[in-house]
Amino acid sequence: MSSSVTVPKSALPPRRAQSFISRLKAGEELAYLITLTAAAAIFLITTLVLYELIAQSSLARHKFGWNFLFTSIWDPVRGNFGALPFIYGTVVTSILALLIAIPLGLGAAIFLAEMAPPRISNAMTFLIELLAAVPSVIYGLLGVFILVPALQKNIVPAIKSVFGSLPIFQGAFYGVSIFSAGIVLSIMIVPFIISVSREVLLSVPREQREASLALGASQWQTIWRVVMPNASTGIMGSIFLALARALGETMAVTMVIGNTPQIKASLLAPGYSIAAVVANEFTEATDDLYLSALVELGLVLFGVTFVLNGLARILIMTTEQKGAHK
Amino acid sequence: MNPNSFLKNLVNYTMFAVTGLCTVIAVGILFFILGYLVYNGGKSLSLSFFTNLPAPVGEIGGGMANAIVGSGKVLLLATLIGIPIGFLGGVYLSEYSNEQIAFTIRYVTDLLNGVPSIVIGIVVYTIVVHPMGHFSTFAGGVALGIMMIPISVRSTEEFLHAVPQSLREAALALGAPKWKSIVTVVIPAAMRGIISGTMLDLARVAGETAPLLFTALGNQFWSPGWNQPSATLPVMIFTYAVAPYDDWHRQAWAAGFVLLTLVLLINITARMALSRGTYVPRG
Amino acid sequence: MSQEGSAPSSQATPSGSGEQKTGNPPAAKKLSAVNLDFFYGAFQALHNISLDFQENHITALIGPSGCGKSTFIRTLNRMHETVKGTRLTGQIFLDGKDILTEDVNAVRLKVGMVFQRSNPFPKTIFENVAYGLHVNSFQGGKAAIREVVEKSLVKAALWDEVKDKVHESAFGLSGGQQQRLCIARALAVEPEVLLLDEPCSALDPIATAKIEELLFALKSETTIVIVTHNMQQAARVSDFTGFFLLGKMIEFNTTNVIFQNPGMTETEDYVTGRFG
Repeated sequence: MSSSVTVPKSALPPRRAQSFISRLKAGEELAYLITLTAAAAIFLITTLVLYELIAQSSLARHKFGWNFLFTSIWDPVRGNFGALPFIYGTVVTSILALLIAIPLGLGAAIFLAEMAPPRISNAMTFLIELLAAVPSVIYGLLGVFILVPALQKNIVPAIKSVFGSLPIFQGAFYGVSIFSAGIVLSIMIVPFIISVSREVLLSVPREQREASLALGASQWQTIWRVVMPNASTGIMGSIFLALARALGETMAVTMVIGNTPQIKASLLAPGYSIAAVVANEFTEATDDLYLSALVELGLVLFGVTFVLNGLARILIMTTEQKGAHK
Repeated sequence: MNPNSFLKNLVNYTMFAVTGLCTVIAVGILFFILGYLVYNGGKSLSLSFFTNLPAPVGEIGGGMANAIVGSGKVLLLATLIGIPIGFLGGVYLSEYSNEQIAFTIRYVTDLLNGVPSIVIGIVVYTIVVHPMGHFSTFAGGVALGIMMIPISVRSTEEFLHAVPQSLREAALALGAPKWKSIVTVVIPAAMRGIISGTMLDLARVAGETAPLLFTALGNQFWSPGWNQPSATLPVMIFTYAVAPYDDWHRQAWAAGFVLLTLVLLINITARMALSRGTYVPRG
Repeated sequence: MSQEGSAPSSQATPSGSGEQKTGNPPAAKKLSAVNLDFFYGAFQALHNISLDFQENHITALIGPSGCGKSTFIRTLNRMHETVKGTRLTGQIFLDGKDILTEDVNAVRLKVGMVFQRSNPFPKTIFENVAYGLHVNSFQGGKAAIREVVEKSLVKAALWDEVKDKVHESAFGLSGGQQQRLCIARALAVEPEVLLLDEPCSALDPIATAKIEELLFALKSETTIVIVTHNMQQAARVSDFTGFFLLGKMIEFNTTNVIFQNPGMTETEDYVTGRFG
């Protein structure tokens, strides 16, 4: 049994090495075994998650192979399943969300880390972390009843009047759409970008800023030319984290995306995401192949978020370690 | 060369305003959300919301009593499953394991944490609902319990790590066996943080909808025991919000208001208790 | 330990009076601190410091840890203003003009600084040295910038070692090379005064010697102020030395006088190693 505590021999009363029985009586082995069981349980549960995803999707995987990812037919009646419309919807809504959330989030992170007085910065960061705690279904509620009508009445007509000739803004707008889902997603991921980026910026060493200021650079020049490049890996990490979050978002998206498996150039058209179709159709799946196809979608989602989360963690750790060493 | 201070100051002020605006927008969103929920939810809230069962379509006076109780039961089971495993796993990581095993367990925990909640729902369906042959409160509890584990592990480990080594050594030097030193000295020292971490964990899963969609499913009526499908607050919000009935929309707002109030209250309490400490586990 | 009264302790400015072992004609006062008091919040870290720095000479500031020498040198280019809650009263004259009332960016162009631990930017060697030019609207094309970068690296005695890899990352350099890079970076904007805050404290003796050599070469064009906790370094390198203790300047004179014939007991105790 390994111990993580080193105790100088002089601290212990002199005695012979404890035998197994006496250790057992002291409850030592039991305590170790109990905690070890818990740790093993975590390992087992995670393995089980992976196993089930792979096993239960095998029917669909064997039938469709890699084509599953590239086919756009989703026809439960005839048993033809292709993931492309959902991949498209997931990717496009997430990219749209990032396009909005990154400038907004980085701007706020810079303000909170570099420019605001500490008390204001802490108070606002507290509020923004509360925003991260708002459940997805609440965002969905606001999306359905506030955002979508606002888009329909005012915002989209305004956009169409200026940009209506672009293919991404063509066609009729009925409220639920890829565009609406992208906007709701952006609001949901902004707090993550802000809070992680802020910490990463704060971890950039003082000396870097001082070197810049001592050469006559202004505060903004220092932030833009020195602090941000120092923090760039960590900021990338925060973006990956936010992206992983966006890809897996279910409720808010399914409430405003329109739930139509199609691929259209226009952002104003309804669409579907992987998480949304699973949420809507899982309990309707009547046969094994249908269910298996949905599980396979879950496997795809798991795979992508797994890779992104892993990369994110590496990137964030790298930046925070660089700062700590100095 | 020209120090060009006028331009530098101008840019400084402008960027201060721009980044400040971004922050105001971000924080403003929170108040926006709260505002709408308080307004729309508050005016739809009534005693019958808390005491009545859902009424058939078209009849007013329906409530979400069963969903509130259902959420309570599911969360109770989730806590009973997730916290012991998470807590004890965290104790193992912090107090017993060596570097390699710790790395593996941490990696696996992070992996589990990153699994989208809908995927957890899928897996619990296949391992609990399918063999049982029906949806159940139990399955819902298992799904949320699994989601609680990773945060509980990380938070427990961090707070135990923060306890100074000297405390452990002091206990051991007095002859206490290791397990006793952990239970009587180390864990109590980390207790405030661990409890706060647990509350944040609970607040996070309290709002989860997706994993319940095919585990607890839903129920128009009371769900006695643990073996039947059950209504839960988040699922009701979803169901009612996407339905075409105005009365249901009103109830969705009310339910959203109740849910958000609960989640934010737990969050604020936990964070304020922690603010005298250091680590705040992030989603 | 005898305490000083509130009056400033003996400060001999070597223009005219006192022994001048250098044999040079009295030099001009480039930079002068007058009656500086400095506060961190309620705590007073510097008490009534007045001190002149002679043009094109090296002045060393010595004293035990916490005596205020680093705090003082950071006021000379107004770096103290980057920390909230600090307050400075008094005046600092550069060529007769009070820098505390001037535009701070212009001041920092004229008064450069090298820090205790080398802090190159995460950029190439070239971009590090050129940084000061970029942020200060340098009027000149790419060729002019290249010239300035090369000249600065030569003055910092680094050019020969990096001329083939000037577009590689600065982090590929050794500790001593990075510090010389920071010196080159500071020199690129052609400061009239160069402040060095314990520049060699993280370096080995060979790297330290290289930097001391280049300071000798630099002083003909630049006024140099160096804070050091290493008395031998102060004795080797500087023309004038000021001894600080507990936020006050106890004694200031030519280096020879301070080290061989100090006027104050505290100075003598410190330079003979009796404390600190």
